[in-house]
Amino acid sequence: MSQDTFLLDGEEIPFTRGQTIMEAARAAGKFIPHLCWHPDFTGHGSCKLCTVKANGHLNAACVTAARKDMTVENRTPELDDKRRTLLQLLFVEGNHFCPSCEKSGNCVLQATAYELDMMSPHFDHFFPDRPVDASHPEVLLDFNRCILCELCVRVSRDIDHKNIFALSGRGIAKHLVVNAESGRLADTDFSLDDKAAQVCPVGVILTKKKGFSVPIGQRRFDATSIATQVTEAAAAAQEEV
Amino acid sequence: MNENDIILSVLARHGNDGTRLMQILRETQEALGWLAPHTLTTIAAGIGWSRAEVEGTASFYSFFHIEPRGRYRVLWSDNITDRMLGNQDLMLQMCQALWLEPGRVSEDGLVSVDTTSCTGLCDQGPAVLVNYRAIPRMTAEGVEQMVDLICTGTPLSDWPAEWFNVVSQVRRKDRLLDHGLVPGQALLAAIERGPEAMIAELKTSGLRGRGGAGFPAGQKWEACRNSPGADRIVICNADEGEPGTFKDRILLTDHPDQVFEGMTIAAWSIKASRGYVYLRGEYRYMLETLQAVLDRRRAAGLLGRNILGQPGFDFDIEIHHGAGAYVCGERSALVESLEGKPGRPRLRTWSLSVKGFLGLPTDVNNVETLANACLVAVHGGAWYAGVGTAKSSGTKLLSVSGDCARPGVYEYPYGVTVAQVLADCGATNTYAVQVSGASGITLTTEEFGRRISFEDVPSGGAFMVFDRRRDMLEMARHFSHFFAHESCGFCTPCRVGTAVNARLMDKLAAGHGSVYDINELFKMHRLMQGTSHCGLGSTATNAIHDTLTKFYPAYQRRMKSLDFEPAFDLDSALSQARQMTGRDDSGAHLSNSEST
Repeated sequence: MSQDTFLLDGEEIPFTRGQTIMEAARAAGKFIPHLCWHPDFTGHGSCKLCTVKANGHLNAACVTAARKDMTVENRTPELDDKRRTLLQLLFVEGNHFCPSCEKSGNCVLQATAYELDMMSPHFDHFFPDRPVDASHPEVLLDFNRCILCELCVRVSRDIDHKNIFALSGRGIAKHLVVNAESGRLADTDFSLDDKAAQVCPVGVILTKKKGFSVPIGQRRFDATSIATQVTEAAAAAQEEV
Repeated sequence: MNENDIILSVLARHGNDGTRLMQILRETQEALGWLAPHTLTTIAAGIGWSRAEVEGTASFYSFFHIEPRGRYRVLWSDNITDRMLGNQDLMLQMCQALWLEPGRVSEDGLVSVDTTSCTGLCDQGPAVLVNYRAIPRMTAEGVEQMVDLICTGTPLSDWPAEWFNVVSQVRRKDRLLDHGLVPGQALLAAIERGPEAMIAELKTSGLRGRGGAGFPAGQKWEACRNSPGADRIVICNADEGEPGTFKDRILLTDHPDQVFEGMTIAAWSIKASRGYVYLRGEYRYMLETLQAVLDRRRAAGLLGRNILGQPGFDFDIEIHHGAGAYVCGERSALVESLEGKPGRPRLRTWSLSVKGFLGLPTDVNNVETLANACLVAVHGGAWYAGVGTAKSSGTKLLSVSGDCARPGVYEYPYGVTVAQVLADCGATNTYAVQVSGASGITLTTEEFGRRISFEDVPSGGAFMVFDRRRDMLEMARHFSHFFAHESCGFCTPCRVGTAVNARLMDKLAAGHGSVYDINELFKMHRLMQGTSHCGLGSTATNAIHDTLTKFYPAYQRRMKSLDFEPAFDLDSALSQARQMTGRDDSGAHLSNSEST
């Protein structure tokens, strides 16, 4: 039986019914830039980094089902240009200082910015006032880096069943809050063992007392790019089969 | 009753049902003044939601306050038409008289004064909401009197009753506003036709959604009827938030029976048992009147069980309130809001006809669409399609405001020219017309021969007139702030993009702009049109784009250089220091101190 396929940047990508463009591309080792998507969870469609052109229409690949014989553009100059602008918007919206950030080298936002050749933030910074929450004995919350992907919100709700996080406010004032009247993480039952503690793509949820234990230069995205890692992971999975 | 008892009684009234959170929050706030942290905790415990989720909803809507807001909350409607009528001077006058800064609560907790998005009183502005009660036609004398009433702590019930008189200025009637129907007549006609035949007539009529998108109503009803489900829902979208639109206010005020009857016909046709009117928070003042109409219809057997003697035809309508969020006019955001959540548009995985309110097949129609359905029920589809154009049958209500002698609601058959409307409303020296609100299209004098129709210039209902005194850059700048304020914040391009656009427009208006900034705006337009999650983001740059392409001189005359100018201005950066020291003499300004 021949498998259904679609074209991604001219290459045939096999997919199974119900898979999104993102899932099928990932399995085939093709990198579609993303921030709010995580391979273990269903698509969310908010960051819009994964915007592709499917049969001529712009759609978020993480929430668009793959269909037989559709033609999808992904890493074209036009789309990467839009993605770069989206990244720049995210960088100026929060307070991102990579050189001093504990997440540097392990950060999906930073790695994606490198992959897309983002050379500057371009726009004027918003410099929002986002105080950190150091109340919890094991975990520090540095809201300055939050990109509102809601991964922690979703995972704490759907996997941990604790509902520790939520988004509050509207528009540019939207921000992450903690499920406590005091607003402090210490007043919740959040624990380092929660799946939500491990899911932040940027540097908001940080483990205390472990700062810089791996030197910058030897971190996840330091040696190989985020795109290459997707390709290598798919190849390794293929070999296992 | 102490605070806790009040909250518990509100919760009990709503059966501790989290999907009724919007109403729980509104009623609690009406009783307690604001939603304190412990109030949210109590409500969350009562409905069994996480506190953070309740905070997420409470913080999303402009009319919910999670910080103290003063016993008198004065909100100036801030549509561009209110500005053209001088609302800014009046608000300044009020703030000065009260020794207040806009947006701040007075030290004694008495009063706060701020702006809010268009309140739908553009034909009788400048308008304010005081504790969410609408007061049109504000004047300098009115401000003076209001300040006195506030300072003496006079309850709103003792304020001059005529202040609260919102009038229906209907200037031109056609088939819809001259329907001549009595309550029950259209419903009876629909029942006689039978559900399938009613839907068939609706399809023949060519009636399209009047909210702006123009989806054929018959197809919508049919899809909903054909969706499997234990029950179905009819929702009337009365979240009339598009700046410059107020035609639904007229329908709900003067023809509520037709609106409710349209919903009941929809229920009969698609087999729904529950209906909701999602009424925008700004129309809070209508609530009691509308509820009285519903009571009357129940008593007349037009709602409730076995309606008009039809066994098994059970349907009732409830009014749900919005709380100040334009995005809830988007139908999936509206459904989210009805479920007690922030108004965030859903992913398009499921059509609402299949999975809508609480997962049930749901039909969402605009107020005007539902009122028109009554005409189709009585007169049939062919009769209905007898006026209008090929792809736009029937008539359209236009909310005319701005620079004209006779603002108000005008009903025309589709296909009317812009010039005809301008002549009828007494507009002279017209420079531009903004059709369909902030997200609509800006027309120049050369385009006044164009026709209001889905084929040419579609309109959700707004028709704002600008004469030659007006600055179109100011209009676009105003709308850019509107969208930044109303973006739900879900997707990156709209959340950050609208904020960036507002800054760019401010920079241009302040005379610090250049061609560089213009190019930035075009770039944002292309980005947001293509990548935004919903219609708010993809239309948020329309006015910027249209004014840039059609009214470029308005931008040009403000540009200092063709190359690049920084937004930073050293002298204006000193304004805070001037304010703190109370100085504004020439020596306190940079250019002057340098020269001395």
